[in-house]
Amino acid sequence: MGKAILGRKLGMSQVWSDDDRLIPVTVIEAGPCVVSQVRTLAKDGYRAIQIGFGDIKESKVNRPMKGHFAKAGVAPKRYLSEIRLADGEEFKVGEEIKVDIFEPGSHVHATGTSKGKGFAGTIKRHNFKGGPGGHGSHFHRAPGSVGQCATPSRVFKGKKMPGHMGSETITVRNLEVVRVDVEQNLLLVKGAVPGGKNSLLTIRTV
Amino acid sequence: MNRIRAIEQQQIREDLPEFKVGDTVKVSYKVVEGGRERVQPFQGIVIKRHGEGARETFTVRKLSFAVGVERTFPVHSPKIMKLEVVTRGKVRRSKLYYLRDRIGKAARVKELR
Repeated sequence: MGKAILGRKLGMSQVWSDDDRLIPVTVIEAGPCVVSQVRTLAKDGYRAIQIGFGDIKESKVNRPMKGHFAKAGVAPKRYLSEIRLADGEEFKVGEEIKVDIFEPGSHVHATGTSKGKGFAGTIKRHNFKGGPGGHGSHFHRAPGSVGQCATPSRVFKGKKMPGHMGSETITVRNLEVVRVDVEQNLLLVKGAVPGGKNSLLTIRTV
Repeated sequence: MNRIRAIEQQQIREDLPEFKVGDTVKVSYKVVEGGRERVQPFQGIVIKRHGEGARETFTVRKLSFAVGVERTFPVHSPKIMKLEVVTRGKVRRSKLYYLRDRIGKAARVKELR
Protein backbone atom coordinates (compact mmCIF):
# COMPACT_ATOMS: atom_id res chain seq x y z
CA MET A 1 0.00 0.00 0.00
CA GLY A 2 1.24 3.50 -0.75
CA LYS A 3 2.33 5.47 2.24
CA ALA A 4 1.64 9.15 2.77
CA ILE A 5 1.20 11.37 5.78
CA LEU A 6 1.04 15.07 6.59
CA GLY A 7 3.30 16.58 9.20
CA ARG A 8 4.64 19.71 10.81
CA LYS A 9 8.33 20.55 10.86
CA LEU A 10 9.47 21.03 14.45
CA GLY A 11 13.11 21.80 13.81
CA MET A 12 16.49 20.16 13.49
CA SER A 13 18.71 18.30 15.89
CA GLN A 14 21.21 15.48 15.92
CA VAL A 15 21.21 11.88 17.12
CA TRP A 16 23.87 9.21 17.50
CA SER A 17 23.66 6.20 15.22
CA ASP A 18 24.27 2.62 16.29
CA ASP A 19 27.87 2.82 15.11
CA ASP A 20 28.40 6.06 17.07
CA ARG A 21 28.20 8.46 14.16
CA LEU A 22 26.45 11.80 14.55
CA ILE A 23 23.47 12.12 12.20
CA PRO A 24 21.81 15.49 11.49
CA VAL A 25 18.06 15.01 11.68
CA THR A 26 14.88 16.97 11.09
CA VAL A 27 12.19 16.33 13.67
CA ILE A 28 8.72 16.16 12.13
CA GLU A 29 5.44 15.84 13.96
CA ALA A 30 3.75 13.49 11.50
CA GLY A 31 0.10 12.67 11.85
CA PRO A 32 -2.16 11.33 13.10
CA CYS A 33 -4.01 11.92 9.84
CA VAL A 34 -7.49 10.88 8.87
CA VAL A 35 -8.77 9.94 5.44
CA SER A 36 -11.57 12.37 4.63
CA GLN A 37 -12.25 11.40 1.03
CA VAL A 38 -11.26 8.71 -1.45
CA ARG A 39 -11.00 9.56 -5.13
CA THR A 40 -11.77 6.57 -7.32
CA LEU A 41 -11.10 5.91 -10.96
CA ALA A 42 -14.77 5.17 -11.60
CA LYS A 43 -16.14 8.32 -10.04
CA ASP A 44 -13.37 10.91 -10.31
CA GLY A 45 -11.19 9.61 -13.11
CA TYR A 46 -8.11 9.22 -10.92
CA ARG A 47 -7.04 7.51 -7.74
CA ALA A 48 -6.15 9.58 -4.70
CA ILE A 49 -6.83 10.02 -1.02
CA GLN A 50 -7.64 13.21 0.79
CA ILE A 51 -6.14 13.33 4.25
CA GLY A 52 -6.59 15.83 7.06
CA PHE A 53 -4.08 16.81 9.71
CA GLY A 54 -4.02 19.04 12.77
CA ASP A 55 -6.72 19.98 15.23
CA ILE A 56 -8.83 23.07 14.72
CA LYS A 57 -11.48 24.78 16.79
CA GLU A 58 -15.02 24.04 15.69
CA SER A 59 -15.76 27.77 15.44
CA LYS A 60 -12.90 28.33 12.99
CA VAL A 61 -14.41 25.98 10.40
CA ASN A 62 -16.75 27.52 7.86
CA ARG A 63 -20.02 25.91 6.86
CA PRO A 64 -19.05 24.32 3.56
CA MET A 65 -16.04 22.68 5.20
CA LYS A 66 -18.15 21.58 8.17
CA GLY A 67 -20.47 19.85 5.73
CA HIS A 68 -17.54 18.19 4.01
CA PHE A 69 -16.20 16.81 7.29
CA ALA A 70 -19.68 15.77 8.46
CA LYS A 71 -20.19 13.82 5.24
CA ALA A 72 -16.97 11.92 5.88
CA GLY A 73 -17.88 11.51 9.53
CA VAL A 74 -14.55 12.83 10.79
CA ALA A 75 -13.63 15.66 13.14
CA PRO A 76 -12.62 18.92 11.38
CA LYS A 77 -8.93 19.23 10.59
CA ARG A 78 -6.77 22.28 9.94
CA TYR A 79 -5.08 21.03 6.82
CA LEU A 80 -6.52 18.94 4.01
CA SER A 81 -4.41 17.55 1.24
CA GLU A 82 -5.04 15.26 -1.67
CA ILE A 83 -2.34 12.73 -2.44
CA ARG A 84 -2.40 10.66 -5.59
CA LEU A 85 -1.74 7.03 -4.83
CA ALA A 86 -1.95 4.18 -7.30
CA ASP A 87 -3.69 2.04 -4.70
CA GLY A 88 -5.70 4.87 -3.16
CA GLU A 89 -8.95 2.95 -3.50
CA GLU A 90 -7.82 0.53 -0.81
CA PHE A 91 -8.21 3.24 1.82
CA LYS A 92 -11.50 3.82 3.60
CA VAL A 93 -12.98 7.14 4.64
CA GLY A 94 -12.38 7.70 8.35
CA GLU A 95 -9.30 5.50 8.42
CA GLU A 96 -6.50 6.82 10.61
CA ILE A 97 -2.96 7.09 9.29
CA LYS A 98 -0.25 7.15 11.93
CA VAL A 99 3.48 7.57 11.71
CA ASP A 100 4.05 3.83 12.25
CA ILE A 101 3.54 3.27 8.50
CA PHE A 102 7.22 4.22 8.15
CA GLU A 103 10.05 2.18 9.55
CA PRO A 104 13.60 3.21 10.40
CA GLY A 105 16.04 2.64 7.57
CA SER A 106 13.49 3.17 4.80
CA HIS A 107 13.50 6.21 2.53
CA VAL A 108 10.84 8.90 2.08
CA HIS A 109 10.22 12.03 0.03
CA ALA A 110 9.36 15.27 1.84
CA THR A 111 7.43 18.05 0.10
CA GLY A 112 7.08 21.51 1.58
CA THR A 113 7.14 25.22 0.85
CA SER A 114 10.59 26.77 1.00
CA LYS A 115 11.30 29.87 3.05
CA GLY A 116 10.41 33.05 1.18
CA LYS A 117 13.34 35.31 0.32
CA GLY A 118 11.35 38.14 -1.29
CA PHE A 119 12.69 39.99 -4.32
CA ALA A 120 16.25 38.74 -4.68
CA GLY A 121 19.07 39.78 -6.99
CA THR A 122 21.00 37.49 -9.28
CA ILE A 123 23.79 36.78 -6.81
CA LYS A 124 21.46 35.32 -4.19
CA ARG A 125 18.93 33.89 -6.65
CA HIS A 126 21.12 32.37 -9.35
CA ASN A 127 24.56 32.28 -7.73
CA PHE A 128 26.04 34.91 -10.06
CA LYS A 129 29.62 35.89 -9.31
CA GLY A 130 29.44 39.64 -8.76
CA GLY A 131 32.16 42.15 -9.49
CA PRO A 132 35.30 43.12 -7.58
CA GLY A 133 34.76 44.97 -4.34
CA GLY A 134 37.35 47.69 -4.77
CA HIS A 135 40.21 49.00 -6.93
CA GLY A 136 37.98 51.61 -8.56
CA SER A 137 35.45 49.05 -9.71
CA HIS A 138 31.92 50.39 -9.92
CA PHE A 139 30.51 46.95 -10.74
CA HIS A 140 29.45 45.06 -7.62
CA ARG A 141 26.20 43.09 -7.55
CA ALA A 142 24.59 44.03 -10.89
CA PRO A 143 23.60 41.19 -13.27
CA GLY A 144 25.73 42.53 -16.17
CA SER A 145 24.85 42.11 -19.81
CA VAL A 146 21.59 40.32 -20.61
CA GLY A 147 22.33 39.61 -24.26
CA GLN A 148 23.69 40.81 -27.61
CA CYS A 149 22.89 43.77 -29.90
CA ALA A 150 21.07 43.82 -33.27
CA THR A 151 21.06 40.03 -33.46
CA PRO A 152 18.93 38.77 -31.80
CA SER A 153 17.80 42.22 -30.60
CA ARG A 154 15.83 40.67 -27.77
CA VAL A 155 16.46 38.98 -24.47
CA PHE A 156 16.17 35.22 -24.53
CA LYS A 157 13.36 33.59 -22.61
CA GLY A 158 14.42 32.07 -19.32
CA LYS A 159 17.30 34.53 -18.89
CA LYS A 160 18.33 34.46 -15.24
CA MET A 161 17.31 37.78 -13.74
CA PRO A 162 16.37 39.24 -10.36
CA GLY A 163 12.94 38.41 -9.06
CA HIS A 164 10.96 36.65 -6.40
CA MET A 165 12.81 33.86 -4.66
CA GLY A 166 11.62 31.15 -2.31
CA SER A 167 8.07 30.26 -1.18
CA GLU A 168 7.96 27.54 -3.79
CA THR A 169 7.06 23.90 -3.48
CA ILE A 170 10.18 21.81 -3.07
CA THR A 171 10.48 18.05 -2.78
CA VAL A 172 13.52 16.51 -1.17
CA ARG A 173 13.77 12.90 -2.27
CA ASN A 174 15.12 9.79 -0.59
CA LEU A 175 15.53 11.01 2.95
CA GLU A 176 16.47 8.23 5.31
CA VAL A 177 14.09 7.59 8.20
CA VAL A 178 16.25 7.55 11.33
CA ARG A 179 13.67 7.04 14.04
CA VAL A 180 9.92 6.67 14.43
CA ASP A 181 8.21 7.54 17.70
CA VAL A 182 4.62 6.32 17.51
CA GLU A 183 3.64 7.53 20.99
CA GLN A 184 4.63 11.12 20.30
CA ASN A 185 3.90 10.97 16.54
CA LEU A 186 7.47 11.96 15.75
CA LEU A 187 9.40 11.15 12.62
CA LEU A 188 13.13 11.78 12.44
CA VAL A 189 14.62 11.97 8.95
CA LYS A 190 18.24 12.44 8.03
CA GLY A 191 19.04 15.86 6.58
CA ALA A 192 17.08 19.01 5.96
CA VAL A 193 13.57 19.53 4.63
CA PRO A 194 12.16 22.69 2.99
CA GLY A 195 10.44 25.41 4.99
CA GLY A 196 10.67 26.96 8.40
CA LYS A 197 9.56 25.62 11.74
CA ASN A 198 5.85 24.74 12.03
CA SER A 199 5.50 24.55 8.24
CA LEU A 200 3.35 21.86 6.68
CA LEU A 201 5.05 18.88 5.06
CA THR A 202 3.86 15.96 2.99
CA ILE A 203 5.84 12.81 3.65
CA ARG A 204 5.45 9.92 1.25
CA THR A 205 7.17 6.94 -0.24
CA VAL A 206 7.67 6.70 -4.00
CA MET B 1 10.99 22.93 20.87
CA ASN B 2 10.39 20.93 24.04
CA ARG B 3 10.04 17.74 22.08
CA ILE B 4 13.36 18.32 20.37
CA ARG B 5 14.87 19.02 23.77
CA ALA B 6 13.42 15.74 25.04
CA ILE B 7 15.12 13.86 22.21
CA GLU B 8 18.42 15.54 23.04
CA GLN B 9 17.97 14.93 26.76
CA GLN B 10 18.12 11.17 26.19
CA GLN B 11 21.57 11.50 24.66
CA ILE B 12 23.18 13.38 27.52
CA ARG B 13 25.82 11.38 29.37
CA GLU B 14 25.89 11.73 33.14
CA ASP B 15 28.87 9.46 33.77
CA LEU B 16 31.62 11.90 32.75
CA PRO B 17 33.38 14.05 35.35
CA GLU B 18 32.81 17.78 35.39
CA PHE B 19 35.54 19.76 33.66
CA LYS B 20 36.09 23.36 32.71
CA VAL B 21 38.09 25.45 30.30
CA GLY B 22 41.73 25.48 31.42
CA ASP B 23 41.69 21.95 32.81
CA THR B 24 44.14 19.40 31.52
CA VAL B 25 42.18 16.33 30.48
CA LYS B 26 42.96 12.90 29.11
CA VAL B 27 40.34 11.75 26.61
CA SER B 28 40.20 8.05 25.73
CA TYR B 29 38.56 8.08 22.34
CA LYS B 30 37.40 5.02 20.43
CA VAL B 31 38.84 4.85 16.91
CA VAL B 32 37.73 2.38 14.24
CA GLU B 33 40.47 1.56 11.77
CA GLY B 34 39.66 -0.93 9.04
CA GLY B 35 37.13 -2.77 11.13
CA ARG B 36 39.42 -2.86 14.16
CA GLU B 37 38.60 -0.88 17.25
CA ARG B 38 41.14 0.66 19.56
CA VAL B 39 41.22 3.37 22.17
CA GLN B 40 43.32 6.42 21.43
CA PRO B 41 44.31 8.72 24.29
CA PHE B 42 44.48 12.46 23.74
CA GLN B 43 45.80 14.61 26.55
CA GLY B 44 45.88 18.39 26.60
CA ILE B 45 44.35 21.62 27.81
CA VAL B 46 40.66 22.33 27.23
CA ILE B 47 40.65 25.64 25.37
CA LYS B 48 36.95 25.95 24.71
CA ARG B 49 33.52 24.56 25.38
CA HIS B 50 30.97 25.38 22.73
CA GLY B 51 27.21 24.92 22.49
CA GLU B 52 24.84 23.58 25.10
CA GLY B 53 22.91 20.47 25.97
CA ALA B 54 23.50 17.35 23.92
CA ARG B 55 25.18 19.33 21.14
CA GLU B 56 27.97 20.71 23.31
CA THR B 57 31.56 20.22 22.16
CA PHE B 58 34.95 20.88 23.71
CA THR B 59 38.35 21.45 22.15
CA VAL B 60 41.57 20.04 23.55
CA ARG B 61 44.94 21.51 22.58
CA LYS B 62 48.26 19.79 22.98
CA LEU B 63 51.74 19.97 21.56
CA SER B 64 52.72 16.98 19.50
CA PHE B 65 56.40 16.99 18.45
CA ALA B 66 56.46 20.79 18.88
CA VAL B 67 53.41 21.18 16.63
CA GLY B 68 50.19 22.44 18.14
CA VAL B 69 47.30 20.00 17.68
CA GLU B 70 43.69 20.77 18.50
CA ARG B 71 40.89 18.25 18.54
CA THR B 72 37.22 18.92 19.06
CA PHE B 73 35.03 16.26 20.66
CA PRO B 74 31.29 16.20 21.31
CA VAL B 75 30.92 16.17 25.09
CA HIS B 76 28.24 13.47 25.01
CA SER B 77 29.84 11.29 22.36
CA PRO B 78 29.50 7.55 23.00
CA LYS B 79 32.98 7.22 21.53
CA ILE B 80 34.54 8.80 24.61
CA MET B 81 35.42 5.70 26.62
CA LYS B 82 36.95 7.58 29.54
CA LEU B 83 37.63 11.18 30.46
CA GLU B 84 40.09 11.97 33.22
CA VAL B 85 40.78 15.41 34.62
CA VAL B 86 44.55 15.49 35.19
CA THR B 87 44.81 19.01 36.63
CA ARG B 88 42.36 21.81 37.28
CA GLY B 89 43.41 25.10 35.71
CA LYS B 90 42.81 28.65 36.89
CA VAL B 91 41.86 30.87 33.94
CA ARG B 92 40.06 34.16 33.43
CA ARG B 93 38.77 33.55 29.92
CA SER B 94 36.09 31.22 28.58
CA LYS B 95 38.10 30.65 25.38
CA LEU B 96 41.85 30.20 25.64
CA TYR B 97 42.71 31.15 22.07
CA TYR B 98 45.69 33.17 23.36
CA LEU B 99 47.52 29.88 23.98
CA ARG B 100 47.87 29.46 20.22
CA ASP B 101 50.22 32.43 20.02
CA ARG B 102 52.39 31.31 22.90
CA ILE B 103 55.11 28.73 23.09
CA GLY B 104 57.09 27.10 25.84
CA LYS B 105 56.68 28.35 29.39
CA ALA B 106 54.26 31.10 28.37
CA ALA B 107 51.76 28.56 27.05
CA ARG B 108 51.02 27.22 30.51
CA VAL B 109 47.84 27.55 32.52
CA LYS B 110 48.01 28.30 36.24
CA GLU B 111 46.99 25.37 38.35
CA LEU B 112 44.05 25.72 40.68
CA ARG B 113 44.84 24.92 44.30
